[in-house]
Amino acid sequence: MTQNDAKIVTRNLNLHYGDKQALKNISMSIPPNKVTAFIGPSGCGKSTYLRSLNRMNDLIDGVKIEGDVLIDDVNIYEKSVDVVELRKRVGMIFQKSNPFPKSIYDNVAYGPRINGVREKSRLDEIVERSLKRAALWNEVKDDLKKSGLALSGGQQQRLCIARALAVDPEILLMDEPASALDPLATAKIEELIYELKSKYTIVIVTHNMQQAARVSDFTAFFYLGELIELDETRKMFTTPEKKQTEEYITGRFG
Amino acid sequence: MQRHFEYELDGLKSNIIKIASLAEEAIAQSIKALLEQRKDIAEQVIAFDRQIDEYEIVIDNHVVDILALQQPVAIDLRFILAASKINNDLERIGDHAVNIAQSAVKLADAPHIKPLVDIPIMAETTKQMLRDAIDAFIHKDAQKCRAVLINDDVIDNLNRKVVNDLVEIMRKDPGTIDKALDLIRVSRNLERVADLTTNIAEQVIFMAEARVVKHGTGLTAKQG
Repeated sequence: MTQNDAKIVTRNLNLHYGDKQALKNISMSIPPNKVTAFIGPSGCGKSTYLRSLNRMNDLIDGVKIEGDVLIDDVNIYEKSVDVVELRKRVGMIFQKSNPFPKSIYDNVAYGPRINGVREKSRLDEIVERSLKRAALWNEVKDDLKKSGLALSGGQQQRLCIARALAVDPEILLMDEPASALDPLATAKIEELIYELKSKYTIVIVTHNMQQAARVSDFTAFFYLGELIELDETRKMFTTPEKKQTEEYITGRFG
Repeated sequence: MQRHFEYELDGLKSNIIKIASLAEEAIAQSIKALLEQRKDIAEQVIAFDRQIDEYEIVIDNHVVDILALQQPVAIDLRFILAASKINNDLERIGDHAVNIAQSAVKLADAPHIKPLVDIPIMAETTKQMLRDAIDAFIHKDAQKCRAVLINDDVIDNLNRKVVNDLVEIMRKDPGTIDKALDLIRVSRNLERVADLTTNIAEQVIFMAEARVVKHGTGLTAKQG
């Protein structure tokens, strides 16, 4: 993939937490409308890198970030960039589902309301469309007034995905989105990720290598803050170029 | 929710159907070349084998991808293992069609030393076995495989008969030896095709019922 085709381009990204360097000179391109998975042992920098894609690291004290992260050719670390606007375009799903203590409807309508959507029929439409895209609509459509917290773990995670979709993002960042779920709920989330990629660019961090293999088109392997290898997932899991990648995915280290 | 993994399995199944139809067509055309003494058709069969070989590699790669990326288990795993072995068997069947076609080229210039009766029957039976085996694979139908296994004995008997008849002809007229040996080669190749088709049927039984029936181990208990 050339940089021109990429949705997200990172150039020489270095990130320090105080004295500790968490990301070392990361350069990579992430293609649009594909799922790109980050794998690597704990502390390898994959979540830090994910969070740098919507400037979530800015909130951490003592963080120092150098280098460029371009989304559609615009450096998101430029002073002129509105971070709230950025996070609207780059949604995030976390490991632990975190619905607001509100109804299902209000959870999904939250973002659009903040962005000034007031009209009931418009909100209804957004809520329905978002819940459908998150493959949750059929399970909750008769009970939209129910608290989001009353849903099962897998449903809560899909509610969070619906909430992220409601503000029409272009990119979805997912940090271990299924690691707290049982296998059936995990399968649903994975299937959802596969379906969502036609409309969104998806970047997912996962500890579960098999999950990376199943859901992603591209896989990046991080180790000790460095990007070791990035390639098509089928290539990474059948004939990786780097010995370290081979050793990690076969469970020989890390 | 339809899992995209199932689309992968469907794709693999379609590819097996495709290579099976290529292999069946190769056998049919090689026998047609023999019976009608058509060198041109025989040469087409020989050239056509490349396509089958290329398909085999495509399927091999697809199998590796599915195993590496989808971690199939149970019936899905057995299906993929069966597909992989069936793929190799079908490629070998294509090679046997080439052998038959090569004999057909050599036998095309002079009248046959005897009317060909049993070889066309063997060819028809073998093709039917192959169709049944692939059909059984598609529908995960172990019952259908029994007919294939029974027909293999029919082919073995016909092969013995063809060889005996030709040995008799060679005894009477040593001038027929070259041509008789080529006809024996055709018969033996058809017999091998039937054997490979039997392997396919055994793979289908393994896939559908989780029972190993190859090497005469039909009574092996269901594992796991």
